[in-house]
Amino acid sequence: MAENFLIIFGMALVTFLPRFLPLYVLTRLEVPRVVEVWLRYVPVSVLAALIVPGVLMQDRQFYFSFGNSYLLASVPAFLVASLTKNMLLTITAGMCVVLFLHWYMPV
Amino acid sequence: MWRAELYGGAKKALSIVLGYLPLGFAYGALASLAGFELSLIAGMSLLVFAGSAQFIAVNMLSAGAAGATIIATVFLVNLRHLLMSASLSPYLQAYPRRVLPLLAFWLTDENYAMACGEFKKNERSHLFMLGLFGTAYAGWVLGGTLGGVFGRFFSGREAALTMGYALYAMFIFLLVIQATEKRLMLAACVSAALAVLFYYFIPGNWYIILATVCTATLGVLSEKWRRIS
Repeated sequence: MAENFLIIFGMALVTFLPRFLPLYVLTRLEVPRVVEVWLRYVPVSVLAALIVPGVLMQDRQFYFSFGNSYLLASVPAFLVASLTKNMLLTITAGMCVVLFLHWYMPV
Repeated sequence: MWRAELYGGAKKALSIVLGYLPLGFAYGALASLAGFELSLIAGMSLLVFAGSAQFIAVNMLSAGAAGATIIATVFLVNLRHLLMSASLSPYLQAYPRRVLPLLAFWLTDENYAMACGEFKKNERSHLFMLGLFGTAYAGWVLGGTLGGVFGRFFSGREAALTMGYALYAMFIFLLVIQATEKRLMLAACVSAALAVLFYYFIPGNWYIILATVCTATLGVLSEKWRRIS
């Protein structure tokens, strides 16, 4: 239990520092143009790199199957996000599809 | 005046809170099903405030991973905030420096995306941002705590898998609202392909950072090349 709290403090520290240090340093310095351009590509790249292997693969192998509910749910989630620009609706739609697939196609 | 600013920010946060309540609930419920105490579940939300990191920590803790491995993984996953934090810095030049640590502590993906949208439209005061980020934080902690209390009513494999998907749905939403230009959509495709490749061939969790750094660099190079040609 005490060890778990130590882990949480460690997590808190390594979460805070990347959020804080660039902000603190760069509000004092001029950001070079090339860095600005580079940074503009980062958020979409990180998100794509988190999503695609996560829904497409399992244990470092491709997972194309009707049992892969995360992959199937990502199609409607993507459509709902594009059409509504609403986070709550996107999450609800995605979770409903996963739940539905596991209820009606138990694999 | 200052109250109106705080309140204005808080109102903007409501759509984030609506997303954070179920997502936080899913985190709290998964943690409680994995056997963690409420104090730990709520404490992690209070001190860390990072959705993906908290989901990952619950998975790894219940799989019996070592503390150092968990912290290192969380660090890698959170490295993306380094770049988000840097990209916000031009807008925060005029803020009182004492609010920067608090705003940085609250800098999640959703808050970042919302802040970018706000800064594109207007100049926003530090009070507005504190209201926005602080309200989202309150929603996240509340959702996680509720999940910790009521999560035991949601046992079963289907429920766990369904709640686990909340994370990916959130990422998909964030990607869709940020990929506003053609070159950013292209970047997302390139990064996805690279991530799959790196995940396939390189052990560990480096694929996220590697794909991101390669894609952003390719983006800069392609813009330079286009300007020359």
